[in-house]
Formats: sequence, C-alpha cells, structure tokens
Amino acid sequence: MPGKLKAKIVAGRHLPVMDRASDLTDAFVEVKFGNTTFKTDVYPKSLNPQWNSEWFKFEVDDEDLQDEPLQITVLDHDTYSANDAIGKVYIDIDPLLCTEAASVISGWFPIYDTIHGIRGEINVLVKVELFNDLNRFRQSSCGVKFFCTTSIPRGYRAAMVHGFVEELVVNEDPEYQWIDRIRTPRASNEARQRLISLMSGELQRKIGLKVLEMGGNAVVGYLQCFDLEGESGLVVRAIGTACTLDKISSGSFSNTHTHPNTAPPSNACNSPSKDGKEPVFGEDLPSSSGPPTPFRALPTSSSSPPPFSPCKPCSRQSSSSDTDLSLTPKTGMGSGGSAGKEAGPLKTLLRQQTQTALEQREFPFFTLTSFPPAFLVHVGGVVSARSVKLLDRIHNPDEPETRDAWWEEIRQEIKSHAKALGCHAVIGYSENTSICEEVCILSASGTAAILNPRYMREGCLDMGSTDHRFDDPSPPSCGFCHIPYDELNMPFPAQLTYCYNCRRQKVPDVLFTTIDLPTEAAVTGKGCLIQARLCRLKKRAQGEVNATAISNLLPFMEYELHTQLMNKLKLRSMNALFGLHIQISVGENMLLGLASATGVYLTALPAPGGIQVAGKTPSELNEQHVLTIQKRINDTIAKNKELYQITPPELTEEGVGSPIPEPRHRSRLFRSHSESSDEVSELDLSHGKKDAFVLEIDDTDAVEDIHSLLTDASPPTGFYSCNTETMPGIYNWTTAVQMFTSVRVLRLSNANLSNQSLNKIFTDLCENLLKSFYFKLRSMIPCCLCHLNFNVAVPEEELIQVSVTAVAMTFDKDQAQERPAERFITKGGSETEDQLQFSLELCADTSSTNSQTSSKISGVQENALVSSRAASVDYGSFADRCSTWLELLRLKAHTIRRGSVKTISSLEHCSPLTEGRSRSLRSSRSFGGSSVTMVKMTPLSFLPGTRIIKYLGIINMFFIRETTSLREEGGVSGFLHSFIAEVFAMVRAHVAALGGNAVVSYSMKDCVLMENPNKNQAQCLINVSGDAVVCVRETDPEPVAQMVNSGQTCAADGTS
Amino acid sequence: MSVELDVFVGNTTIMDEEVYQLWLDGYTVNDAVKARVDAGVLDECEATEDVLLSDTMDQYRTFQMCERLLQSPAKLANQLLFQITPHRQAMLIERYYAFDDPFVREVLGKKLSKGTKKDLDDISAKTGVTLKSCRRQFDNFKRVFKVVEELKGPLVENIRQHFLLSDKLARDYAAIVFFANNRFETGKKKLQYLTFQDFAFCAGQLINNWTVGAVDNMVEDMDVDLDKEFLQELKELKILITDKDLLDQHKSLVCTALRGKTKALPEMEANFKNLSRGLVNIATKLTNTKDVRDFFIDLVEKFIEPCRSDRWTSADLKLYLTHYTNSAHILDTFKHQAVWDRYMGVIKSCIFKMYHD
Repeated sequence: MPGKLKAKIVAGRHLPVMDRASDLTDAFVEVKFGNTTFKTDVYPKSLNPQWNSEWFKFEVDDEDLQDEPLQITVLDHDTYSANDAIGKVYIDIDPLLCTEAASVISGWFPIYDTIHGIRGEINVLVKVELFNDLNRFRQSSCGVKFFCTTSIPRGYRAAMVHGFVEELVVNEDPEYQWIDRIRTPRASNEARQRLISLMSGELQRKIGLKVLEMGGNAVVGYLQCFDLEGESGLVVRAIGTACTLDKISSGSFSNTHTHPNTAPPSNACNSPSKDGKEPVFGEDLPSSSGPPTPFRALPTSSSSPPPFSPCKPCSRQSSSSDTDLSLTPKTGMGSGGSAGKEAGPLKTLLRQQTQTALEQREFPFFTLTSFPPAFLVHVGGVVSARSVKLLDRIHNPDEPETRDAWWEEIRQEIKSHAKALGCHAVIGYSENTSICEEVCILSASGTAAILNPRYMREGCLDMGSTDHRFDDPSPPSCGFCHIPYDELNMPFPAQLTYCYNCRRQKVPDVLFTTIDLPTEAAVTGKGCLIQARLCRLKKRAQGEVNATAISNLLPFMEYELHTQLMNKLKLRSMNALFGLHIQISVGENMLLGLASATGVYLTALPAPGGIQVAGKTPSELNEQHVLTIQKRINDTIAKNKELYQITPPELTEEGVGSPIPEPRHRSRLFRSHSESSDEVSELDLSHGKKDAFVLEIDDTDAVEDIHSLLTDASPPTGFYSCNTETMPGIYNWTTAVQMFTSVRVLRLSNANLSNQSLNKIFTDLCENLLKSFYFKLRSMIPCCLCHLNFNVAVPEEELIQVSVTAVAMTFDKDQAQERPAERFITKGGSETEDQLQFSLELCADTSSTNSQTSSKISGVQENALVSSRAASVDYGSFADRCSTWLELLRLKAHTIRRGSVKTISSLEHCSPLTEGRSRSLRSSRSFGGSSVTMVKMTPLSFLPGTRIIKYLGIINMFFIRETTSLREEGGVSGFLHSFIAEVFAMVRAHVAALGGNAVVSYSMKDCVLMENPNKNQAQCLINVSGDAVVCVRETDPEPVAQMVNSGQTCAADGTS
Repeated sequence: MSVELDVFVGNTTIMDEEVYQLWLDGYTVNDAVKARVDAGVLDECEATEDVLLSDTMDQYRTFQMCERLLQSPAKLANQLLFQITPHRQAMLIERYYAFDDPFVREVLGKKLSKGTKKDLDDISAKTGVTLKSCRRQFDNFKRVFKVVEELKGPLVENIRQHFLLSDKLARDYAAIVFFANNRFETGKKKLQYLTFQDFAFCAGQLINNWTVGAVDNMVEDMDVDLDKEFLQELKELKILITDKDLLDQHKSLVCTALRGKTKALPEMEANFKNLSRGLVNIATKLTNTKDVRDFFIDLVEKFIEPCRSDRWTSADLKLYLTHYTNSAHILDTFKHQAVWDRYMGVIKSCIFKMYHD
C-alpha cells in the first residue's frame, strides 16, 4: 500500500441552472479514483454550493497513482429521476508524486462537459502521502521528473544524459466499439477522454521505469502523441531523453560567481576587439575569476581556452595556427577548435569514448534541441525517414508489436543516415504521423551530430568543475559549423571552405538543422521564418495502390520543398536553417507539405551566392523578361539584406585569404521512405556541378515558381518571426508575451484544381495567417513571433486545415535598431537563459557583469572579429541539398550552382542586452485585486524577464468537445473559438492549482476537427502539453521566499 | 474556395477598444470593417481588408462570449474562461454599461417594461442609436433596476458594488433607477431642453434629501421611494400662502433683503406671490403620486418659465431663492423650519440646475 491519496471538495461557483422551476441547482459531487467512489452531501438550491466535505481517502498502489487520474463529477440531485451530470474535472496527480514538484493541488477547476463546455467551477484540494517503496521489482516509477522542455531545464544541471527513451501503448478506440452505437455522445466522449488519460499515465509510468533502469531521474524533451487510427485502434506514443538532473542548490548559486563562464571571456574578448587585432588573452584571463591554469596550459594562447573559449579571432595570429591545422586535417577534423596538434590526440580519444558510449545504445537519439555548453561538438546535417503503412494490415491491432516494429525500422534508417554523415548521434529528434483512412505516413527527423561523450559516461557527474572543462575539445562559436565527416572521404559531395570565423576547420556552404540556434553561435544580422509550401494532387485509391501512389509522390515533394527552402534562403541572403520541421500530410486526394525553419546568416559560413535566372533556350523570345525577373530577384535580395541587417563586412587583407579552392561537392539530404514493403531509397538531392544558383525558366511552372518565390511578403516594420525558441539577432526581450493559437480551414470549392493553383491557395492561406497575426498583434510592436509552429491537415476531402501556435514577445526597439556593424551581440543574456541551465545565468550578478560587458563593448571596431560569447558550444553544421537525381526526373528545370565564395570575415555581435531586460518588468503574477491568478503560457522554454524557480510537473491534457447545436454556438468558428478558450482556461486552472504562474514549452499537439454543418454537429479533439512552472521576475532579490509565500497564498485563497 | 473556419485565440484575451466600441454601438461586422477602414486602421499595419474582416469577426465572437459575463460583472473577475487583466476588465464593464445621452433621455422616467422595449425601434429611429445598442442599454437599465430593487442600503453604493461601475456611472444609474421607479415625467415638450445630466443631478438631490434613506439607511428601497412622512409634513407649508399676513411679511422680508442687489427687483416684487404660491403648491401636492410624476414639469411651469420670461439671470435666481428660503426662518408664526429647509434645499439646487440662461 504505498500511497494514500486525499481529496476534499470545498465549494462550487457559477454552476448552471439545472432546475428550471427554481432556477437553481441541487449539486453534489462524486470523487472517483480507480474503482473507489465517494460522494459529498447534496447542497440544495444553490448555484454556489459550499460542500466543505471531509477528506476522502484512497489507499492505492503507486502504480495506479501514476496511471489513473482523479475523477471529479458534479451532479444535480433529482429525487424522482436520474441525477443529471453537470460536468467533470480530471486531475492528473502525477505532479504530487515528485518531491521536488508540487506538494498540494488546490484551486478552482472549470467543470467541463464534453457537450456543453465549461459549466461553472469547483474548488478542490488534493494531497498525496507516499510511503517508501522498497520493492525492487516495482512497476511504478514515481519520482521520475518529466519535462516537455527540449533543453536542460533551468535550475538543473545535467549530470548525465542517458539517451533515448520511447514507449507506445495501444488500445481499442471507444468511439469504434460496438457499445458506441447505443451510448450517448457524452458517454462516448468521456470514455475516450478517460481512456487517453489512463493510457498517457501508463505510458509515462513505463517510460519512467526505463529511465530508472538506465539510472536516470528525469525525462527531458518529452513528446507524447496520439494516433487516432480509427478501426485499428488508438495509439499513444512518446519519446524523450533520459537524463540525470541535479538541482542546482542555492549553494551552487554562489559558486557560479566564480564560474569562468561569465565575465572573464567577455573581458577577454573585449580587449582584443578594442585593439582591433591582436588578442591578448594572456593578460586578461588570469585577472578574471576563472581558474587561470587551464587557460595558460594551452599551447595556442590565442584561440582556445577549453569549453569556454571566448573567441576565435580571425586575426593574423590565429590564422597562423590555422595553417598548422590545415596540415593535419585528419586529426583536427572533428575539433571544435581546440587548435594545435596537441588537441588532436585528445580529440581522437574523446571521439572514441563517445563512440563507445553511444554505440552501446540502440538509438543514440536526443529529443533535445538545445544543449549545455560543450555538449555538442559538430553537426552533420538533417536526417529524415518516412514510411507509408497500411493500418488495416496490422495483424494484431490490439498489441503494440507491429507499430513498435514500424518505428524501429524508421529509427534504424535514421541511425544509418547519421552514420553515413560521420555522426554518431541524432539530436533535435522528433517523430510524427499523418493518417488518412487506412493509410498512415510515419515520419522521423533529426540532426546528425557528434556529441561530447562526457555527459554520457558514468562517474562524470561533476561536469561543471574545472578539470573537466579542461579536457574539453573547446569548441568556439563556430565549432558546430565545422564538418564532422572526413574531408577526404566525404559521405556525399559538399562544397567546403575554411570556416569564416576561425579559419581552421572546414565548413559547408549551407547548413540545415532541426535544432535551435546554439546559444553562442555567431550570427550576422537577424533571422527570419522561411516556409516552403506544397500541395500535390493524387488519385483517389485504396489500400496498396494508394500507399504506392503516396510513396511515389513523397520524394518529389521532399525535393520541391527542399528547393523552395533553398531558393528562399538564398533570396534572403542567408546560409543556414534552424528548427527545420517538414510536415507531410495525407488526404483523400492530395498531399500537403509544409516545411518551416528559421533562416540565419551564420558568420562562420560563406556568404550565399545570388540567384541567377536563365532562359533555357537562348532563342526564347523574352530575354527581356528574364532580365526583369533577374532584376526583381536582385532587388529582393538587396532589400532583404537591409531588412535583416545582413552586412557581413568584407574580410580585411590580413585574413587568411580566400578559401582554398575546393573540388566541387554536393551535399545530400539523407532521407528515405518506404511503403508497406520495406524498400529504402536514398536520394542525392544535390544539384548539378555548376557555379551559381541558377533558376532556369523554360516553362510556365518555373515562372510560377519564381513568382511564388517573390510573393512571400516580408513582415511589416517592427515585426520579426521565427520558428525557433528565440530570434537570432534579438536579445533584448522585454516582458510582454502573448501566446496564441489560430486555426483556419479552407474549403476548396471545386475538384478540378491544378497543382499550381492548389499551391497558390495553400501559400496564400499560410501567408494570410501570418498577415493576420501581424495585424492582431500590432500593438506589441516592436515584437517578434517566436516558435511559430504550423500544423497542416486534410481533415476531409477539399478541406485544408492549418493550425498555428506561437508566442509574440516584445523587445527593446532602440537596441534592436542599432546599426549592425556596431552591434556586437553577446548571446549571454536572455539567450543564455533560454538554453542553458548553468547556474551562473541564474545568479543575480550576471546582469551586472553583462552590463559592464556591453558598455565596454560598445564602440568596438567592426573588424574586430571576436566571439564574445562566454560559454561556447559548437554545433555542427551541414547543408543538405537538392540533387542531380532530380534533374533526371525533369520535374522542374532547376539547377543549383555554387557561386565562387567571397572572402568575408565573420562578425560577432555583443549587444548591451541587460538594460532592456531589467527594464519594464511587469508582474507576472496576479494583478492586485483579481481573484484569478494570471497564468502566462509560452511555447518557449522560458519567459523573458523572469526566472523559473520551480518546475511543478508536466501538463498533458486531452479534451473532446462535441456539439449538436453548431449554429447556435456561432457556427464552426464559434464552436472552436470557445473550445480553444476553454482548453486554455483548463490548463491555466491546473497550473494555478499546482501553485504555478506559467506554462513553458506549451504545445498543442493535436487539433482534430470534424464537422457536419448539415446535421448541425461538430466534434473536436485537442491535446495540449507543457511544463507548469513558478517563475519570478528576474529582478526579485529573494525569489524563493517570495514564491513560497505566494504559493501558499494561492492555496489559502483556494480553500477560503 | 472559401474560408470555412477562422479563429484566433490568445492566452490573454485580445480586445481592441475601437472594435469593442463598434460592437457596443451595434455595428454589424461588415459595417464595423467599413468603419475601421475609414478610420485608417489598414495603413497602420500593411493589412488588407480580409485581415480586417477576420480580426473583426474574431473580436465580435469574443465579445459575444463575454457578454454573458458582462451582464453580471462580478463574475468577470473570477471566471476562468478569459484571461483579462483587471484594468481591462474595468474598461470592458464601464463601456458595456455606458449609455448614449439621447437614448437615456428618451427612456428616463418610463416604466422599464416590455411595452417600453417594444418602442425601442422608434427611439432608435429618433435618436440615431442602433436598435441593437438601444436594446443593450435598455436591458442594462432593467437589469440594474431589478438587482437593486431588492437590496438594502444606499442605492449608489449598491450599484457600484454589484456592477463594479465607476462612481460617476453608478450615480447616473441611480438616477435612472430612481426616475424609473417614481415615473417622473421627462418627455413633455417643455422639458425637452433639459439634459440627462440635469435630471441626474436633481435625482441625486432628491435621493439624498427626500427619500427614506435620507433619515434611515437600513430600510429596503430606502433610496428609491420618497419619504412619505416628509411628504405629509410638506402639507403644513401651505400656511405660507394661505395666511395672507405671513405671505406679505415674507414678501417684504425678501424684497428688503434684495434691495440694491439686483436689477430684476421690480419683477421679483411683482411676481413674488405667484412664485411663492407655485413652489408651496408643488410641495403640498407631493402626496399624490400623479403630482410627484409632474414634479419637474411643475417646477418649469410654475417657477422657471415666469422667471425666464422676466429675463432673470442665474445670479438673480440664486439671490432670490436664497433670500426666499432664509427669510422664512425670520417669520415668527412659521413653525416648520426643518421641513422647509429639507424642501427648499432640494428645490433650490434643482432649479439652479434646470435654469438655463
């Protein structure tokens, strides 16, 4: 009997009138857990009943505690007929099972009915008493913490990252059971909600067990999805990254002051920048608080104090060491920049260790998208795999084996792709599905990478300590861009140049990744959202034929999406994509593809060549036309350069000179797909061996393409947008945030649309959505839409549904408007906090340090090529391209050429960010007088201007709403509008009841809408998740004490 | 190709004040879009009309969903569906309960019944306020009336607490409720020149001085019903005009006091008896509900109009009424000083307010 669950029903308010005669309600409550049910007394004739019940006690196994939700049903007592249900509240008690999370759940919960929506609120108190479980063979995994956040949560330190965990459970969908024919829609919806709640509990418990087995104590980047397969079942699956997390105690807060990560490197890079050229680290470093020894010990003084190497100045001094390195390419290859020959063997050793550490794992996958400093060494490139399956071919639909095998197959593919890229791990890994009738497309994607093995070895818990840092490969701000694969034995052709930042290592010319921009990456200018959109018609078909048709279409779609991305990237004069997410959705008669990413100009990578337009046949009448288009393209590029402040300064002569002439290479996007049969095809997506990026116009399609390329509107003045955590190039966030969800469904009126016109419609739909956001949020200017997460679906024939969740955040305009040449952005401030858990970011002194830094930095010469970022982690780089293979297909006349690479020096930015952040901090908690706690929500892992002091547990909720009076509820828009508002309300209520005031890493995983306006009916399913947190304003001196108090006040409010 | 569904929901509910006003004013979505285009919203953010339509629809839906809460504003503060900052909640409520002066002027003193509601389209046509807006305003009046009807304690305070309104708006509503309850006639042609604010001021005077609440503040309807005892006592004032000596004495006292202070003295002297009779007659008839209703019309006919035809200035009026009131105290045979003061205090300030030069 390892646990006792106690619940108390305090009161209700705003109940609906259940008795028309008296206009009142005789309400009572049933509290159910597992198979035990308690009831309160009936509180007669009131819409605001005060039950003030006794404590209902449930004595249960902790296994049940994890699986089951507490189910609270509010009913209206009726003497003569059956009691009418008013609504229900499901409370997930998982957060109470973790000692570090919430200790009590107390507050007002909306009473939810799947037919009527929210009907009043109920005040509930829940507590759990856990007994120690000594059973070694236990089935529960209480105490394992779950985080949706895809980085190491703030306030924690990753002692060890164990790796990939996954689990999948299957059940019969209640909606498809025979009994559904005779029960009410309400009963059916409730059965479904309850089942999914149970299944997610079970899934979480099982994953927890796996984590415990691995020796971890937490799951980070937990991603849970539902597959509504229909007849064949209901699948709940989850992936995540098992970690051992250490809470950074208040004691270690003080330690962090001496952490060499903060001030010293900034100082270090200041002086060289002021001098303009010669870095003099020898003088600066010892004076800093960091331990001087490791730095001194390094042979090449200029460039590489290990993991926190402050910079890679591209001065003459460092270039000389570059020469060294270029002579020893093999040993230096994987290096993040710890230059010199000495580093070579060390690196080899590290690599070996990593490999062994990782090879022990079946799947060296990580769902994380940002990493602690020094964790990530190099990035290889995007790897993806898709597979088309037939659901009606599952032999034993009630068992998970078949699906497990499917996913296993896909993961193997991903793993082999990564290996081909010379990488041993996949980061930013995610999986998703698209189902239409019996056809299911399974997709997985990630970024191949080389990781630092330290985090994966036993006995290295103390990663923060100096000696460990010492033996780091010390990746500087550009290290992650360096190619991981062997230059002489490349897995695919790519054009390499020497890194524009450090001049030592080779980098590709374009880089695509699924991860967030590494904190310390050197970026020129700002980034922007880049989307590729595509519609492809397909013939209606059944079974195998259908699956084959889809599999045949997939490569074309991927190719076109890729080409679009590439063109758009070049058009914006950028050279890297982060957060790349490609979604392909299947419908009855079409496939939709949407690729979103955030484009940036990585300083370390070469400047992108322009786009050249060419008529295929010289005799073509419209040479003039070609010229006009060329001019438009050039104008757009010039305009974009200005807009995104991309002004990479020309390299001064003392730079290394132009990159070594390189044999032309082509890169390849590793991808594959298989239909129900297991064939795997690999595409070489690189384009021909030509010099510039050439668009050839030889038919109307191509003209259309160019038009669509040029019609993407840039955001209005004052707006930026990206789909990553934060906008590269903006660091001075202020505190205003507005999270929103928007859904739009388009009905295609006639079936005879061509691919072209469909594409246009789809593109307009996405563009118009963005325009709408800009308009609605115009009062927040200057502002950035972050984490724009688009989700497309084909809910029915002729319907296209796009749902978007994102957050708008304001930033300080003055600083953002500074001329880029003068801007030297330390990505220390908010960026750091986004991504890193290191305690130093949490200490109050950081800001002062930073402000000093920034004041010093202002006025630095632009040719001081300095990475001022303190903690440097390198993320690998890579480009994936489109291929000759495609030329063979002659689908489009696209040819991609590489322009001769210009010599361009890198430029780092250090922004005086702290000022903006410490200013204008508004209360994140409840405003005075309001009885409802304000709960902020954001899809990001942080809230600007605040500090997360406690994680209260994961929020994972699933709701169904149905109506049979669609018109009365304002049509399908009215119905969905109120449902989304209700979902937000329920999430906020749960967070507030846990004592929290914000949800981070919020996401809406599913929004499945089915409508039948003729029958006046609609049904919608929404699944949301996130991490409930307590955060305080950054400036609050005594956060912990304060929050504990307010938490208690919250609880007290609830009970009063 | 058509947009089947289009929603945008913010965690913090997004509400544009301009759109809210258009909604309150009863504009249809299309009219609202036009109004916004005319207001130049499109230039603000490089938007198109489609975007504007979509935004307007979203906001209208939000307001419709909020409307239920706005009807019992206390719920707005502790509901969970919409996350709205308290500051914004206050704005929403205040604007929802705000009314148009031309409209309220039409309804003031009328019974807040179904019958009146049926006339709303006429009122709408007459005032130019949209029917939808008229209905909202009328329903607001009725709702406030119903709630405070059953409450004890001061009227203004009750309204303020139950509807979370500002003090000013609560006072206006108190006036509306008071007028509706006593059915004061305000629609006659002769009263047309008076604004709602004139009446609201008078209502405030009456509530503070003539109602039951002015003496006892714990009775039901204390601020809505006039103090019956007081109205009875007013009959005693009749002596001021019936007793010829007293009337003459009063006249001479007033005229002596006014000598040299005003140019209108001859007219005042000539009209004294008429005016005094007018005021005292109003007082003595107030026990009749019918005459209570005609209170304002009587004031205008019996006092304000004669003064105006004699071209008294406001200063003249003030001077005259002050001395007229005070002189009564010197009359040795006049015993009803307290009632006189309670009566004249209100009459004086009402007449000041109602006398437009």
